[in-house]
Amino acid sequence: MDGTNPVIASGVQNRPSLELISRLRLKAKHVRRNVLLMAKNKGDGYVGQGLGAADILTAMYFYELHLDPACLASPERDRFLLSTGHYSIVLFAALAELGVIPRDELSSYGADGSRLEMSACETTPGVEITGGSLGHGLSQAVGMALGSRLSRRNFRVFNFLSDGELQEGATWEAAMAAANFKLDNLIALVDMNNMQADGKVSEVMKVEPVAEKWKAFGWHVQAVDGNSMEELVHALHTARLVLDHPKVVVCTTLMGKGVRFLETRPKAHFVRVEAHEWDLALSELEKSAP
Amino acid sequence: MGPGIERIGEIGTMSSTEAERGFTKAMSFSDAVDEAETVEKPFGQALVEVAQSRADIVGLTADLAKYTDIDVFARNFPDRFFQLGMAEQNLVGVAAGLARVGFTPFATTYCVFATRRAYDFIAIDLAVGRANVKVIAGLPGLTTGYGATHQGIDDLALMRTVPNLVVVDPCDATEINQAVHAIAAYQGPVYMRILRGRVKRVFDPQGYTFELGKANLLRSGKDVALISTGLMTERALQAADLLQTGGIEVAVLHVPTLKPLDEEAIVHLARETRTVLTLENHSIVGGLGSAVAEAICMAGLTVTISKVGIRDHFVECGSVPHLNEKYGLSVPHIVRGAKDVLSRRS
Repeated sequence: MDGTNPVIASGVQNRPSLELISRLRLKAKHVRRNVLLMAKNKGDGYVGQGLGAADILTAMYFYELHLDPACLASPERDRFLLSTGHYSIVLFAALAELGVIPRDELSSYGADGSRLEMSACETTPGVEITGGSLGHGLSQAVGMALGSRLSRRNFRVFNFLSDGELQEGATWEAAMAAANFKLDNLIALVDMNNMQADGKVSEVMKVEPVAEKWKAFGWHVQAVDGNSMEELVHALHTARLVLDHPKVVVCTTLMGKGVRFLETRPKAHFVRVEAHEWDLALSELEKSAP
Repeated sequence: MGPGIERIGEIGTMSSTEAERGFTKAMSFSDAVDEAETVEKPFGQALVEVAQSRADIVGLTADLAKYTDIDVFARNFPDRFFQLGMAEQNLVGVAAGLARVGFTPFATTYCVFATRRAYDFIAIDLAVGRANVKVIAGLPGLTTGYGATHQGIDDLALMRTVPNLVVVDPCDATEINQAVHAIAAYQGPVYMRILRGRVKRVFDPQGYTFELGKANLLRSGKDVALISTGLMTERALQAADLLQTGGIEVAVLHVPTLKPLDEEAIVHLARETRTVLTLENHSIVGGLGSAVAEAICMAGLTVTISKVGIRDHFVECGSVPHLNEKYGLSVPHIVRGAKDVLSRRS
């Protein structure tokens, strides 16, 4: 890598405590359970993405974000921007665990009139932006990060985006601006599940080499297993220490993670689950390692 | 005329030096003519006025600070100004982010780039959640000879369809100043066209009041109503004088806010004259003419209507006066249009 880039962390140093990691893993299991219950009730949903990204969302809401669930409108809060609106299932699942959304309400996911929409909209409590039209999140994150600095409130801004979303040119307009403004209060998380609407990202329009692209745009880059709580926590911790650069954590994830028969099912953007499989999925999840 | 300020020529009469030369002006800074009373960079000046007492006002541009007059703000408030480079989607997204954390961003580019390139960002990032962003757009309609890439002939139509968005097309330096103050006070997303550089003063600042969402009846007359927006209102007033000498009583209703539209004022006037000519520095598809026709039709009135504006096509490069003449936006066209619509009155 070229010398102007910050040091790229490798391996796991300052190992987070086992107690912390096991607590977060258990929380991730609860988030996954919520995802399955929501989709079971509706009959379908973005289960593959929801299960795959559950560890990232858990690490965010139960480790990294400075966010008081009782005071969601606080101007000092860290912001978590979900670019990929269709991942709303896992965002709501996490927000329910956090107490922002009543657990009972999860069963209304995707129902007519429900505020838990299939594509997350900012009108729902805890949802910062209207995602779904991809490539919008990072620009708004840049604006918020500039605002954080200008107002001296010093909150941080996190943008969750997907590998397919990197095909949207606006993402790179924002990436260029973030480095130009030296936004070290901005952290991007890229969910690399190699799946988009028309098929595998690597076949539709390859986005690799992803880490090198971000580096070339002036970002501090870490690549982790996005289903390893230990690696996620460590990367987030490392990101806090890097100054003068925006940071990205490239997270490789497995769609359907936590339910073996979904992990190995031939992948699709919208994973089909048969009616009789929901209870099977829930019981597989319960049996899986915490 | 200072260095770098180029002469555009008097629109509509083809009598200026530039029109006689008949060449496209490159990278012009100014939308005014020599002879008239003008104001230097009225948008930039007004923004500085507002920002002096409002720490929440921030400015952004996409490589067009000098050409949209926000350079005045940038010099006065360098810490509150953000240059985004040539990236209009990012311009709007960043402005949305700043608004979401409590700032009131004014983001500038040209009409074409704001509305064609960044439409989805205006719709989703700004309009869905009513983000308090003001998109300020230069080069409306045929104020540039730079051809289809730079002439904003469809922006009003595009912006008018976006829910929650306020759309403003001011006439002159006086109105630009007042409109900047008004939209800064308004909480919500706004798309506003501007004239830039040395801008003509048409309205007396002492006697004119811009109110967001309100039309202004500038002149009464029983025969025909000229309903116009933006810089076309100056030409409407000139055409009204000419028609008056021919014995035709002309009303002029200036509609600087296209959305929300002052339907009450429009319908009230149309009911009186029963003859309407709409004027816009824009395509006749989807802009003021369409909005006025809709309002009148929905009110159940039978009115003879005609539109002055750019027909449904793109415009080539050329000198501004030549293009305004060729594409029917000049005063003689308005006079002919008014006579024509009167002759068709049922």
